[in-house]
Amino acid sequence: MQTKSTQPTVSVLEDTSEPQRAEAPCLVIGPRKSWLDLDLRSIYVYRELLYFLVWRDVKVRYKQASIGATWAILQPVLTMLVFTIIFGKFAKMPSDGLPYPIFAYTALLPWNYFAQAISQSGSSVVRNSNLISKVYFPRLIMPIASTLTPLVDFAIAFIILVGMMVWYGITPTWGVLALPLFLLLAMLTAVAVCLFLSALNVQYRDVEHAIPFLVQFWMYASPVVYSVHIVPEKWRALYSLNPMVGVMEGFRWALLGRVHPDFVVMIVSAAAVVLLLFGGLIYFRRMERTFADVI
Amino acid sequence: MNDIAIQAEGLSKLYRIGALQRCNTLRDQIVHGIKGVFQRKAQSDSIWALKDVSFNVKRGEAIGLIGRNGAGKSTLLKILSRITEPTSGQVKIRGRVGSLLEVGTGFHSELTGRENIYMSGALLGMTKRETDRKFDDIVSFAEVGKFIDTPVKRYSSGMYTRLAFAVAAHLDTEILLVDEVLAVGDAAFQKKCLGQMEKAAHKQGRTVVFVSHNMAAIENLCTSALLLDDGRIVRRGATPQVIGHYLETVLPALVQGMPLSERVDRTGTGTVQFSSFHVEDAQGNRLAAVRSGMDVVFVFGYQCRDGEKPKDVDVGFSLTSGKGQMLCVLYSSYLGQYFNGLSGSGFVRCRVPKFPFPPGRYSVGARVVVAGEESDWPRNWVAFLDVEGGDFYGSGSGGFGSATPYLLSGEWSADGSWK
Repeated sequence: MQTKSTQPTVSVLEDTSEPQRAEAPCLVIGPRKSWLDLDLRSIYVYRELLYFLVWRDVKVRYKQASIGATWAILQPVLTMLVFTIIFGKFAKMPSDGLPYPIFAYTALLPWNYFAQAISQSGSSVVRNSNLISKVYFPRLIMPIASTLTPLVDFAIAFIILVGMMVWYGITPTWGVLALPLFLLLAMLTAVAVCLFLSALNVQYRDVEHAIPFLVQFWMYASPVVYSVHIVPEKWRALYSLNPMVGVMEGFRWALLGRVHPDFVVMIVSAAAVVLLLFGGLIYFRRMERTFADVI
Repeated sequence: MNDIAIQAEGLSKLYRIGALQRCNTLRDQIVHGIKGVFQRKAQSDSIWALKDVSFNVKRGEAIGLIGRNGAGKSTLLKILSRITEPTSGQVKIRGRVGSLLEVGTGFHSELTGRENIYMSGALLGMTKRETDRKFDDIVSFAEVGKFIDTPVKRYSSGMYTRLAFAVAAHLDTEILLVDEVLAVGDAAFQKKCLGQMEKAAHKQGRTVVFVSHNMAAIENLCTSALLLDDGRIVRRGATPQVIGHYLETVLPALVQGMPLSERVDRTGTGTVQFSSFHVEDAQGNRLAAVRSGMDVVFVFGYQCRDGEKPKDVDVGFSLTSGKGQMLCVLYSSYLGQYFNGLSGSGFVRCRVPKFPFPPGRYSVGARVVVAGEESDWPRNWVAFLDVEGGDFYGSGSGGFGSATPYLLSGEWSADGSWK
């Protein structure tokens, strides 16, 4: 769909209460011409809807769970305990000279966020099929909303990390200022993957069944239980094509203050995210044209 | 300066039949792909839901879209509301568009009435400020009062519908696209909604595009109408003329032009299908028209798919007035009857004693359900039923004629004794 307006489209949503209005913006609906027409501005126009969708999901999620937000803490903490016992104590995984629990938890934070986001992503469009066939809004909002919702759990689980850092007496260095950057990297990775999975799932409902497997597989392909440094140097650049490698390495560096970060890993990961995101946007926009017809 | 609100030029929409099938799995796709290597197929499995449709709607005009099921009304509305993209052609729309294709879009049962108002408002394109401003109006229109902070899952279905419609009714856009959403809710509320829409169309000078099967509602609301058939515009003009053309020419041509067994405008599994319809009197004589008050037998010819002996067959029919108001529905299951011995082809009959409707032309709809699953539903009536005046009351009185939609019989007494 193509939007050409004589004024910025923003004005379409702006509240103009005067009945007598200047020439209304003209919207042209027709087949989309370019595959590069990503129309990202429409997301800004519909930002309130994005907010409401996230707000709804968060609200509904905690309304029915009897212990509510505790889940957001229990899940990573219990996983950390299991990992510490199995990989830390039994398998004696090297942990870059850090206490294993905090070593694992620092990576579990972004990992849980990512896993939650992509687990929901598959169904993010299909779940809203009643909306898609009945009302217009930029479809991109759905996968984006499903990657924003798990941030709430992330924030709650983050408090535990702060507690652990105090307990282990780890003072963050200046590197901690770069943390939002790595969180952004994780979010963009999640959005990119969600774009692919949610659009695919509209066509092929099998995708939903494949996602749990994908999540599991992806975890072992990311340095959650082990350190990036056990991967041989010559393979590391290739390994970092998995953007979550850069994210976790970044989290550990920013929070636990190791001396030198592996810049190769981070640059490769960041580049991979950009490519993945761009591809995801093009693919999603291509597929979304038929959503209402297929769903 | 430009008083055209909607300008459509050469709109076409192609649907691939395959794309309409649900649960497209990856495996199907792979199998299909392998087959495709060996047999190159032309695009024969596609249909034009709309073909080269052009029209203008003036600012402040209320236009009704009419046509039989599958004529392309909903597709057109979906294109106008940007839900789906046209295959070719384009529409220029001047002004903010609000579309009302469903009541309660975005409602979530866990959220309270208040929360749902904001959610639904945001989906329909209202800003939070706008919703804030109209909030009290919405609540009072919906008559939910103190339940506004209760999760809507605890609402009665009437309250739910009222609240859902109230949000939509306060959508304040220059252009309003409305699908058959008024078919829900109780009669009083329906009337209120229609009133609200009329207000929108007439007093506030908004542009309204309205799709409905209810001809009375279209006549009330719309100054002009557009008749679609087979994805093309057949007629455009003043509402009464277009409706007349539809009821007198298009609909009969479809229903009577082709034997029921050959029609394709139907849904269902096809285990048992309708092949014919006629009416008889109690003695089995075939009738061209029935009379009010007589015993009428509705006869549905059926055809079972080869070799199948379906169980739990439930046959039903409906009668709809010329104005599009459904008058009654009668399934055999309502009476606890299911057919188990059907095979091959044959007839299922339904005897209605003392036919209780006044003279006029009625549309007969029919549907057959096998073991709870829809087997056949011809979407545009199976036939028309002409009713002539008869001696319904057994006294020779014609009663109120066709002024009321239903004829009621009874017995009067002044001393409490009955014949």
